[in-house]
Amino acid sequence: MEVTLSVRRYNPDDKERPSWWQDYTVDVERTASVLDALIKVREEVDGSLSLRCSCRSAICGSCAMRVNGHAHLACNTKIIEASQDGSKIRVEPMGNAAVVKDLVVDMKMFWDKVRQVSPWLQPAGPEPAGEYTAPNEAMLHLAGVMSCIMCGACVSDCTSLEVDKNFIAPAALAKAYRFVADPRDAQTVERLRMLNEYSGIWDCTRCYECVQACPKGVAPMDRIMAMRDKAMEAGFTKTYGARHTDAFVDSIEHSGWLDELRLPIKTVGMFNLPKLMGFGPVGLRALMRGKMPPIFHTPVPNVKNVRRLFKKVRATQGREQK
Amino acid sequence: MKIAFWPGCVSRGGCPELYPAAKKVAAQLGYELDELQERGATCTGAGVLQEKNQFLGDVLNARTFAIAEKINLPDIMTICSTCQGVMSQANKRMKSNPDYLAKVNEQLQEEGLQYKGTANPRHLLWMIVEDIGMDKLKTYVRRPLKGLRLAPFYGCYIVRPSGSLELKLHPEREDSLERVMEALGAEVVDFPGKTRCCGFPILTINERNSVQMVVNHTTDAKDRGADAMVTPCPLCHLNLDGYQPSAMLQANREINLPIIHLPQLLGLAMGFDPQDMGLKRHIISAKKVLTKLQVAA
Repeated sequence: MEVTLSVRRYNPDDKERPSWWQDYTVDVERTASVLDALIKVREEVDGSLSLRCSCRSAICGSCAMRVNGHAHLACNTKIIEASQDGSKIRVEPMGNAAVVKDLVVDMKMFWDKVRQVSPWLQPAGPEPAGEYTAPNEAMLHLAGVMSCIMCGACVSDCTSLEVDKNFIAPAALAKAYRFVADPRDAQTVERLRMLNEYSGIWDCTRCYECVQACPKGVAPMDRIMAMRDKAMEAGFTKTYGARHTDAFVDSIEHSGWLDELRLPIKTVGMFNLPKLMGFGPVGLRALMRGKMPPIFHTPVPNVKNVRRLFKKVRATQGREQK
Repeated sequence: MKIAFWPGCVSRGGCPELYPAAKKVAAQLGYELDELQERGATCTGAGVLQEKNQFLGDVLNARTFAIAEKINLPDIMTICSTCQGVMSQANKRMKSNPDYLAKVNEQLQEEGLQYKGTANPRHLLWMIVEDIGMDKLKTYVRRPLKGLRLAPFYGCYIVRPSGSLELKLHPEREDSLERVMEALGAEVVDFPGKTRCCGFPILTINERNSVQMVVNHTTDAKDRGADAMVTPCPLCHLNLDGYQPSAMLQANREINLPIIHLPQLLGLAMGFDPQDMGLKRHIISAKKVLTKLQVAA
């Protein structure tokens, strides 16, 4: 079957064009992947097209790129899925990375961020005679994170990184979780202290782009959320993020729904005058438009049932942990 | 048709113009709403409660679903992308794992509730494309939105993760907003930011980053010629509309792109009074939109 790929091209030596779209039409098998089609283009139509690939089996992680606007491994993206109605398939290099040429990006920033989280085991105590061991059950839930192939798809589509290059971003944060949750590691609290800072776990927008993009089910965002909980458990409760979560949960527990007037105040702190004054103009504009949340926040009917439920669930979870 | 309705917190809080507009439009479309908050249903947790305690979040949503089942209205209408996503995710976890559902139900026993797994929460947007259809929707149009150029903005939780939203099973959900806008007579201004994050979840945590997202999306849509942006998510609205003045300061440029709630847009096309749709209650005035439609503001 015939397929048309619209490829975003870039050549640093071409001073005339910053980048351009080029269409290629090739004949491929119905079962072909986007990578199969790109290789065919390179081999039969245009040898100047640059791309990175190796295993063609979603193992090596080399061929991550944007297909129709979102990051995928080109090798496990089927043509018939990317173009159900036979329309053109848009192929671009990954986002949040400098392009080297055509579909090849510079992975330096990616690896710098991975290094930033000290991605190695830091145990304490005397070195054992053999390996550092851990019970099977303690490692099972880490299997998902350990299947990361470092392709960069999650980082490509990260919405927070797009506006802030300092954000540690999903791949490195998922890697950090792999050590934070490893029972053999002795640096858990120190790791969480670092991740609790600006550009760390609280800067994630919870947008699910990384979960959607990951070809291996690592679900980086879920790991980031788990680390938020672990950081709060470890006593890091003073960040705006932690206070926001606490205030949010309190509001549901006490009234069954969100008290939007008090939530931001509790988040920044009742006595944080500069921050509170920052809300002034926004609040005033909202007030003038009749957009204020209710000043008297009425609980949902039978709110005592909700409060009882919160207690019951927590008690059950406490028992299970013991 | 009788249907259970979950308006969410923000439509009654930070975006109080949404709730009455949605009710009016739903009534016009023939839905008789049974409001779950009046029966004691709670906030979905919005993903925030879930980061601390996902099980507790699932129990709360199961409780809402059980309340809907109890009144024999397992179809639930939502009007918030975030509520929709959180409810879909909770529902998926419970429906795909009977043991887990049983564990959740143990918690609800005391209140005499049990979630059987039949709830089907769907955003008004999905109900329009799936149940009403574009042809029928057109018959409600009294004031075609001719000449109006609109940029769609979905909100993360109604597009991702695609598995719990069953997008493969319902591919029509993926471009639902564009199709509704077209059926109402408007012209769609496509832009890559339409399924990205509005920035709202980190507003109080990292305001600069959050506002930069508002800058990026509103300027991109504006520069592509949009007269307004339409969203099915009140949380996106809070940021894109409420923080647009901050975005103009941060970007040091004029933007002034009105952000319209989906039900407001439907109401406008149905011929309702803009005042009844709460169109005067936005931070960025929607006057330009009304002028273009030759409606008295």
